[in-house]
Amino acid sequence: MSAFFANLLFTYQSLIYGLGINAILGLSMYVVLAIGQLSLGQAAFMGVGAYASSLLSVKLGLSFPVVLVAAAGVPAMLALLVSVPTLRLSGVYLAIATIGLGEVLRLFYVNWDYAGGALGLSGIPDRGGFFTIFGTLALLLAAAFAVGRSRIGRAMEAIREDEQAAGVMGIDVPRYKLAALVISAAIAGIAGAYNAHVTAFIAPGDYAFDNAVTILSYALLGGIGSPLGPVFGAFLLTALPELLRPLHDYRLVLNGLIIVSVVIFMPRGLFSWHMRRIGAAK
Amino acid sequence: MLGQQLLNGVVLGAVYALFALGFTLIFGVLGVINLTYGFYFSAGAFLALYFTQGLGISMMLALLLAGIVTGGIAVILDGLLLTPLRRAKAPELASLMVTLGATLFLYSLMSAYFGTDIRRLPPKVFTNVGFNWLGLHIETSQLLILVTMVVIVSGLGWLTQRTRMGLAIRALAENGTAAQLAGINAGAVTRIVSFLSGGIGGLAGVLIGMNYNAIEPYMGEQMMLKGFAVVIMGGLGNIRGALVAGLMLGVLETLTAGYIGSSLKDAVGFGLAVLTLWVRPVGLFGRATIKRA
Repeated sequence: MSAFFANLLFTYQSLIYGLGINAILGLSMYVVLAIGQLSLGQAAFMGVGAYASSLLSVKLGLSFPVVLVAAAGVPAMLALLVSVPTLRLSGVYLAIATIGLGEVLRLFYVNWDYAGGALGLSGIPDRGGFFTIFGTLALLLAAAFAVGRSRIGRAMEAIREDEQAAGVMGIDVPRYKLAALVISAAIAGIAGAYNAHVTAFIAPGDYAFDNAVTILSYALLGGIGSPLGPVFGAFLLTALPELLRPLHDYRLVLNGLIIVSVVIFMPRGLFSWHMRRIGAAK
Repeated sequence: MLGQQLLNGVVLGAVYALFALGFTLIFGVLGVINLTYGFYFSAGAFLALYFTQGLGISMMLALLLAGIVTGGIAVILDGLLLTPLRRAKAPELASLMVTLGATLFLYSLMSAYFGTDIRRLPPKVFTNVGFNWLGLHIETSQLLILVTMVVIVSGLGWLTQRTRMGLAIRALAENGTAAQLAGINAGAVTRIVSFLSGGIGGLAGVLIGMNYNAIEPYMGEQMMLKGFAVVIMGGLGNIRGALVAGLMLGVLETLTAGYIGSSLKDAVGFGLAVLTLWVRPVGLFGRATIKRA
């Protein structure tokens, strides 16, 4: 019987890892959406984390914990650079400023011979694995719930519902936005590092616009009423293409359709109805 | 050499300006970032291909027809995606997300159907003969780009500044509720603006497809990134800013490709956009907007 499970784990290993990694990405999106901002750079931040960590692993042979620090830190620095000027502007500026990030970084990777250029980087050592990925996911979920119940979480909710009113109440809105963006970039970077170290290979085109939109669709489908929403959204959208294999070419068509119908018909997502507080606005 | 580079840059910039014009028009009047705009660009190019290759229509007529059809597509998509959100008074990011999903849907449908191979216009309908003038070489397609850009810009200027319809458009851009109270049919103006911007996006797609003679489904997505850079540089919703910033980006990209390295060409726009956000977030000609409660 245990052989059966070992076999199952082996056969579906990449799917199971994918579930965990995508759920972490969904959470990274949640952190931004929770304060009513939209970042379209999550795939780009994931890519930066993947490249930073893989280079340190492959070229310098550093140990995994050290590598993870870089995987979180480098995307966080990049998020700082791109998002600081948009903090005091309307939310659309952040979305537009981050939408081009993935493409510019792709050009950068392609032209960077040390990182493998257009061919990508291979031979990344096998690190992490099931317990690392799902342990991180559990930790992040716990942290998200804890923060959500704290003063910080209530401030974030206030900013999401009405930025101006929140500011008038004495909440330092730009500071919260900046913190949320930097943290979300760091989380995406860690997901990128996990992904690179379980797939052993990364390429410049892995972190493009489509991936950014897919990450957004995890959070939108699941809803952002609770941190569990994006996690379930990611599980569903990661498992769904496996169940609907015949769709192959039309997988992204389905993702697009999901985003459109969720925003128009169920703006609160699939898993959020029981999380709404009684008497909440709208 | 420099003169030729500048000329090519101005032509490329004219397309950027034209493309950004339609995009900034949507934002300026309707107040939404409509990401499906890039799709009109791809759709325009594919329609022109179909009209010339499939139906044997002349290039000039195909350009016009492609603009009209993409304008129609824009009206339909706006009605399907954004009108429900407007009615529900959804937050501004909702429209961004819904058009994002629609973009993914449309592009992936298009590439699943047509494939991602680069297609070319049939040589019998379009031969790029050039002219030489003062040691500069200008191709027919480049000339057509400049002429179309001048016609569209002056036509749009006339429409918005000299006609009653333009007055309605400007009124809606200024204050939607007040415009409706004054008896302006907001739905009709929205459809007109969608048609105009969709048409402009489609025209830009035909012109670029013709100039490089390369048409593929994701060409609009690439263009969209340039469009964002241009509208940030020129100021969101600012028509004059879009024109100047578009021309500027075209020239700077061409000079970068010519003197520094062609691999850096596509990074110029993003770099300038982030720089603009740091230094002057309202854009070249922008005014600081005051948030209305």
